[in-house]
Amino acid sequence: MPELLDKITEKILKQIDEKGFKQKGAFNLRHNGIALCHGDSEHIKIKKKEDKPGIDIFIDGETRGEQVHIPVVVDASGMKDEVYNDFYIAEGADVTIVAGCGIHNSGCNESRHDGIHSFHVGRGANVRYEEKHYGEGEGTGAKVLNPVTKIYLDEDAVFTLDTAQIKGVDSTVRKTDVEMGANSKLYVVEKLMTHDNQMAQSDMEVRMNGEGSSAQIVSRSVAKGESKQVFHPKAVGNTKCHAHVQCDSIIMEHAEVSSIPEINARHLDAAIIHEAAIGRINDEQLIKLRTLGMTEEEAEGIIIDNFLN
Amino acid sequence: MLEVKNLTFKVNENGIERSIVKNISFHVDDGEMLVITGPNGGGKSTLAKVLMGIEDADEGQIILDGEDITSYDINHRANAGIGFAFQQPPRFKGMTVSRLLSLAAGRELKESECCGLLSRVGLCAQEYIKREVDSTLSGGEMKRLEIATVLAKHHKLCIFDEPEAGIDLWSFSMLIQQFEKIHSRKEESLILISHQERIIRMADRIMVIEDGKIGAVGPKEEILPQLLDKGDSCACMNRE
Repeated sequence: MPELLDKITEKILKQIDEKGFKQKGAFNLRHNGIALCHGDSEHIKIKKKEDKPGIDIFIDGETRGEQVHIPVVVDASGMKDEVYNDFYIAEGADVTIVAGCGIHNSGCNESRHDGIHSFHVGRGANVRYEEKHYGEGEGTGAKVLNPVTKIYLDEDAVFTLDTAQIKGVDSTVRKTDVEMGANSKLYVVEKLMTHDNQMAQSDMEVRMNGEGSSAQIVSRSVAKGESKQVFHPKAVGNTKCHAHVQCDSIIMEHAEVSSIPEINARHLDAAIIHEAAIGRINDEQLIKLRTLGMTEEEAEGIIIDNFLN
Repeated sequence: MLEVKNLTFKVNENGIERSIVKNISFHVDDGEMLVITGPNGGGKSTLAKVLMGIEDADEGQIILDGEDITSYDINHRANAGIGFAFQQPPRFKGMTVSRLLSLAAGRELKESECCGLLSRVGLCAQEYIKREVDSTLSGGEMKRLEIATVLAKHHKLCIFDEPEAGIDLWSFSMLIQQFEKIHSRKEESLILISHQERIIRMADRIMVIEDGKIGAVGPKEEILPQLLDKGDSCACMNRE
């Protein structure tokens, strides 16, 4: 029997799981620090850790185009939730992992979730990992999310990391660490919007250790109000490899954005490029959309939505 | 019908006031094509921007179908029925071509409708609809897409600022056909700012703007020979 979910949980799940959370196939819903419900599929098995909070997810090599959903919902004000989730993706598997965390804080105490995820991706496996962060609630307590993502890519593995933090998270420090084997490929798309007095920091280090490995990292952010953002993506080429790091930010009102891309080549055939740009919304873009009949506010919203799309 | 009365636009440069558009009056009838030409820096594009509300007139009146739109801002003029194609259209990171066309149409367009619009401006539709309107598009592609955004919706008046600029010859011929088609339907009034003889030859009337003023205005049959008589010395027209 599927677990009955309360309205807050249902609402948050809709925000953080665009593909639609269902209690079918492989899934695990963590709610205020405990697994509320979980299920396995033929090719994906989820096991609770014995030594610390979290789960181990085993994805076998026969997995083809399957999804596994592991959302986290925190709605108890003052809750500090820490979880360790380890993914073991076998050679040749093809899987989409939908994670994400939403906090509803209606109290005055800080609610916090630290998710430490590691991915061990076998040879030739193809993984898409989607992680969306969201905060809401009428309380004054802060909503804090600190994700740590460690990715180990075997030869020929492909990993797509799609992260988004769109609204309501007061503070976040994201750490991403990637080790890449021969001919492995990494695609990162990071989308972030901060407003009011929020703070977001993203540190990423990608080490291209295997010959022929390649990484493409695209970060797009919008900073509004008094918010602050810091980006520090680092790409290290230890062998013949290729990487492109691109950070684009739109700054509005009194916000502050620091973009500190770092590229480190340790091999003659390491080709690494970085681009970083911070700027306000272009007046010409606003005017063009206004000539299509939109107000300035509508045009601004559309530019931001599409920029973060 | 568009009526422009005593329109003046000034800029302040280091404390010195300078008129870019000087007391200009003209009209464009329903379904009429008016081509504005003249030497570079004469005030043609500025006049177009003042008509669209991108720049505010210092003096004068703009009346569209009897409605005084002089005080309207850009979006109100757009909603009143004016379409505008920029000489140098902006790029939008993250926005797809099909999304921009839907925004221009004011409704969600089907894929087939987007393809139809792109084909009209000489872009191979399937290649473009999912592409981003960013720096991966060339200047010519951007220009054709810009024209498609104006074609996406019915307007009372469409203003095209140098539609030929940056477009290859083949696409230019297609554009000429599009302008001829719109013109033959007589449903929309057209103002085209251009230096191209082929475009000037399509006009019902021609208006020459020089130094912010109307140098000449009248039917094509009257004005075109004057422009052609100036021959190679005419700085405002590109002969074929």
